[in-house]
Amino acid sequence: METKTKTRWSEHNKEIADDHFFYLRSCIRQNFNPAAEKIFLSILQKNLGKDIYDDPRHTTCTGIGYHADIVPFETLQTVIARQFSLMAEKGYKNCAVSCITSFGCYNEVLATWKQFPDEMAKAGENLRKATGREFEMPENLSHSCDIIYKFRKEIARQARYRLVHRETGEPLKIVDHIGCHYAKIFPEKSVGGSEYSRVLTGMIEAWGGESVDYPERRHCCGFGFRHYLIKNNRSYSISNSRKKFVSMEPYRPDAILTNCPGCNMFMDRWQYTLAQIEGKTYGGGTNGIPVLSHEELAGLVLGYDPWKDLGLQMHQVDVEPLLQKIGIVYDPAQKFAGVNGKYINEPLFTGCFNPHN
Amino acid sequence: MNRFLPDVLIHTTEMMKNKHVAVIGGGIAGMEAASVLARQGLKVTLVEKQKATGGKLNDWHHLFPDFSSPGVVVENLDKKTVRAGVNVVCHTEISHIERNNGRFELSDQRDVKIFADAVIVASGFHVFDATLKEEYGYGLFSNVITSVDFERRMKKHGKLLTLQGTEPRRVAIIHCVGSRDAKVGNIYCSKVCCITGIKQAIEINKMLPECEVFCFYMDLRLYGSKFDSLYLEAQKRHKIQFIRGRLSEAAERPDKSLQLKAEDTLQGRPLRMNVDLVILLVGMEPALSNSSLMRNNQMKPDENGFFRSVNMHEARNVGTQEGIFMAGTAICPMAVNETLENARSAALEVMNFLRTDKNHGGF
Repeated sequence: METKTKTRWSEHNKEIADDHFFYLRSCIRQNFNPAAEKIFLSILQKNLGKDIYDDPRHTTCTGIGYHADIVPFETLQTVIARQFSLMAEKGYKNCAVSCITSFGCYNEVLATWKQFPDEMAKAGENLRKATGREFEMPENLSHSCDIIYKFRKEIARQARYRLVHRETGEPLKIVDHIGCHYAKIFPEKSVGGSEYSRVLTGMIEAWGGESVDYPERRHCCGFGFRHYLIKNNRSYSISNSRKKFVSMEPYRPDAILTNCPGCNMFMDRWQYTLAQIEGKTYGGGTNGIPVLSHEELAGLVLGYDPWKDLGLQMHQVDVEPLLQKIGIVYDPAQKFAGVNGKYINEPLFTGCFNPHN
Repeated sequence: MNRFLPDVLIHTTEMMKNKHVAVIGGGIAGMEAASVLARQGLKVTLVEKQKATGGKLNDWHHLFPDFSSPGVVVENLDKKTVRAGVNVVCHTEISHIERNNGRFELSDQRDVKIFADAVIVASGFHVFDATLKEEYGYGLFSNVITSVDFERRMKKHGKLLTLQGTEPRRVAIIHCVGSRDAKVGNIYCSKVCCITGIKQAIEINKMLPECEVFCFYMDLRLYGSKFDSLYLEAQKRHKIQFIRGRLSEAAERPDKSLQLKAEDTLQGRPLRMNVDLVILLVGMEPALSNSSLMRNNQMKPDENGFFRSVNMHEARNVGTQEGIFMAGTAICPMAVNETLENARSAALEVMNFLRTDKNHGGF
């Protein structure tokens, strides 16, 4: 298929719905960083006054299974048709997708149905046979980072903190990592295309930080589905993550910002693994580079509590150095206190090295 | 009256003297076509939007394949147009061509009007905007330049330096930037880039013998006579390395050098290398003025946006509007020597048209 662009992708803006979203959660993020999804709902509802519906009946999109060749494409289409059916039943037309893998899958299925209407008819038939349901196509499909990007200036207006070093007054240096399935499959479904996506840099700049380019900016985080899922391939996964850390190290970034649950997880946890393998970190010192998602960063600048609201204690690399640079007031004693003050247990150590060794 | 010519030819020659031809575009195609027509006794007005004629060749340092001076070509063409009595009008950009009562009315935005019995469009080409290939970093990274920038730098300074003022030790030349690339909407070959890359690689080697030069290509399209020998010379004498593979991305390193990722498709493996300078061989696109020149007449674009000929084999210079002809890269990408030949061919078509045009006293 020939596409004639003749436009700079960095100037490309997709259409992002303004209100009335149907939320489609990420299966892995609910396990890795569950508060990131919760805070997205809070920001939309409480800070931005938007209507977003979180339907407990919706399921995984099966994207990871699909990309690992476990789930057939027909199944993926039928499951996605069911999500659309739930959305239509509740009277919503705008999808807000939490996960980049899901976002890629939804776009792939929609593009398939557009080009091959027979596939859509078959998915409808499968859905009818399995559940008795009918579905409707969404009017708008946006990733949660698109929505945060759209309202980044409003968030900046409400922000309690800016991404500025409290002592030096310098903007914090933040490197971004865009999940591959956000823009590399369908650049036109992104903000700013696949080479220099604006979606995260737009947030960084709107909130006072400095976006730092680095050579391996577009390289895979190392997740890569079967590269991680098959245990024997995990060294391949780590070596890809390492490439990124080596590339960003000279710029001495204060944080890594991602828009993908998998990227967030891997860039965070592999820093610990690499520290154990190599005896060093890439952030200078012993801690590594804190990794945040767009919802978590938005939550931080809006003044949400890093532990109780944002669940940043779930991260491997300690975020405290970043909090201190921004000047965020937090209580270290509350890190593992839990929402209701109930002690949630804590790991033997956090960060990249065991201080007891 | 010439007593040696038969009556019918004397009549024709006299008739032709009253004909007026307008040539749009004062590049080498327009200059050549105008001077040929004027030498045949026609009144010719050559209209150029810039302050001087010569077009893009004014910026060029050396021509392929013989490293000759483009300045000499332009100078000779200038002399020919003056000698032939061509009326040259600069600082005027024609945006409107309309046929009224059998004559053409050409106008610009400032109400300049030129009336003509026939028109040659020699609007040339537009250089591909390399910023559209964001993955190559032009406009983002200071040490990514285009082949046009290279020529300008060489012409102005006579040397090639990085932005940091150092002599590059490694240079990568990237072929097919904006050509044969569906992603940017140009599926055609710009034809002259391969040989331009080879010429520029040799120039770099002559200037900086210690500098390694790598050409990343899809395939080398060396159609012209002497092009292949230059390619062999580049490999044998100048040690230019040719890598079959398109660049995937260029990224800037902290020291402002560039990290390249590509696939070496002959070796069948991915490749990563650092270079000090990247030169993008930018292709030719239809001139930006083409759409306005087609608006009020029957001229049509071809599938690539250049001017469509009524017949690409037998009447390549003849436009889809009777009385309007094309010359040079307004038709398709071509080299300097082809452009000049093509311009002469356009002039001949105009002569034939005016001789036979019943509306204008032809016979």
